[in-house]
Amino acid sequence: MLNKDSKLVEDMFAKDIAQKPTRDGFGAGTVEAGKKDANVVVLCADLKESTRAEWFEKEFPDRFIEVGVAEQNMATVAAGMAAVGKRPFIASYAAFSPGRNYEQIRTTIALNRQPVVIAGMHAGVSVGPDGATHQMLEDIGMMRMLPGMNVIVPGDAEEARKAVVAAATCESPTYIRFGRTATPVFTTPETPFSFGKALPLWESDAPKVAILSTGALSYEALVAARALAADGIEVSVLHNPSVKPLDEVAIMASAKKAGRVITLEEHQAAGGFGGAVAELLGMSYPVPVVRLGVQDAFGQSGTPEELLAHYGLSAQGITAAVRRMLGVH
Amino acid sequence: MLETKAEEIRETILDMLVQAGSGHTAGPLGMSDLFAAFYFHILKHDPKNPDWEERDRLILSNGHTVPVRYSAMAHAGYFPVEECLTLRKFGSRLQGHPERDRLPGLETTSGPLGSGLSQAAGIALALKMDGKKNRTYVMMSDGEQQEGNIWEAVLFAAKYGLGNLTAVMDRNNIQIDGLTEDVMPLDSLKEKYEAFGWHVLEIDGHNIEAFVEACDEAKAVVEKPTLIIARTIPGKGVPDIEGDYTWHGKPPSKEEAARFVKELRSGAGRVPHEYA
Repeated sequence: MLNKDSKLVEDMFAKDIAQKPTRDGFGAGTVEAGKKDANVVVLCADLKESTRAEWFEKEFPDRFIEVGVAEQNMATVAAGMAAVGKRPFIASYAAFSPGRNYEQIRTTIALNRQPVVIAGMHAGVSVGPDGATHQMLEDIGMMRMLPGMNVIVPGDAEEARKAVVAAATCESPTYIRFGRTATPVFTTPETPFSFGKALPLWESDAPKVAILSTGALSYEALVAARALAADGIEVSVLHNPSVKPLDEVAIMASAKKAGRVITLEEHQAAGGFGGAVAELLGMSYPVPVVRLGVQDAFGQSGTPEELLAHYGLSAQGITAAVRRMLGVH
Repeated sequence: MLETKAEEIRETILDMLVQAGSGHTAGPLGMSDLFAAFYFHILKHDPKNPDWEERDRLILSNGHTVPVRYSAMAHAGYFPVEECLTLRKFGSRLQGHPERDRLPGLETTSGPLGSGLSQAAGIALALKMDGKKNRTYVMMSDGEQQEGNIWEAVLFAAKYGLGNLTAVMDRNNIQIDGLTEDVMPLDSLKEKYEAFGWHVLEIDGHNIEAFVEACDEAKAVVEKPTLIIARTIPGKGVPDIEGDYTWHGKPPSKEEAARFVKELRSGAGRVPHEYA
């Protein structure tokens, strides 16, 4: 059943549940952070509409910096601005930032310890028709390997807003991953959020499988959990917006209670969130783990629904994975 | 006086490279006059208060030449000159390539080429937004002009009219694989930067007076960034290695260094060796 303490939306499974892309949370969050702190600046590489950076530009035109199609420059200019007290957010598609400017992020932001926030938009296959070049599937892995880098993958636009506001006061650099497509807003302003904390969405007294998810797919996991419960298969769903730092306590507790784990992310199944969970459990509490994600492949054109279904990441794919793991059909 | 400081900086560079057993020799020796001018005349700074808010910022983009910066900083009083001998050693604040976090007075972490100009541009823009008067200087190499990131930054600095930014290019014509004009031709850099909207000055990088004057002229150009192309001789001060690109990335042996120091002290042969 839905976890009451997480203060989720009332009409969770209504057909007309509000839907917004998580990138809207970037626009709203930067405006909010900008009002709180005059040092917040937003840099964009010729994608201000689709990244929602223009929401900030409208409010604070003097603190919006358009660098043109130059992601390497965007990262390094931001590192320089942070060095003299600014709180820069850099916005582009994840395929280009951190995809193209990874070395600049590594040296001038991470190693240089500047509190720049890297906002990677249009991540995952749900970008849709644009195809593989724009469907970034390696960013969580790249970024979580950088020492001192926080990695946040919000589950919906509301949580994304909170993540952006929180990142604006964080002393270490942060990567936040956003999606293009509108997805259900399942959290509320009252839902707790902080770096390093997971959010229990669905609980059971005797779960057979713990589904550990990150990003907007957590809603798909919820839909799957409800469908499985109707068939008498109990699971738990733990949403992990914070991939780094990972909520090790909550993940261990979920794994211990269920004895089996399925991880879920719109990313390569290797190296990302599932990889982080497997690293933790392999060391501290080995249980069977199935990692759902894209299995060593690139994306392709299609609708977001078609693509999520194809890669086994929709609610249906998740229920099938649970049944396979339990050997029930 | 500045010339004397440059010679002290050079001698310490040789000492530290011998101790380290690895590192870059030609570039740091070639840039010593520029760094003597920076730390003993041009920069507004306080060695006893490296985080002083009103300091000018000096960004070193080509981080592999950091021995010249460490040496100049030590002679300026940031830390004891003896600490220079810890260069590249385990536990040292003087990392092989500079890390801001480890040594007060470094403004950035650098080494991978081509990203110093854009960081300097970010610093200059932020200072300008806040109405601050500090100047931002960035020292870069000629070889790194082959990096795409540089030209993104050149466009950016011109767009934002960063008159508070002075870039200095160590135009020594060498890079690891050979002469720049053989590896990937760069000339004419003056015309290239001018076409991108910069004010450009060319000087002899071993003429300290000319460098100081060029930096003063840059301050007077308020509407656009300035590039000073400083023509230098790699390995300057040691005739044995001057202009030889094979000295880009290796240190002298103990015996070589002893000979090089003699060459330095003899003013490249102008003073008889018995006084050196």
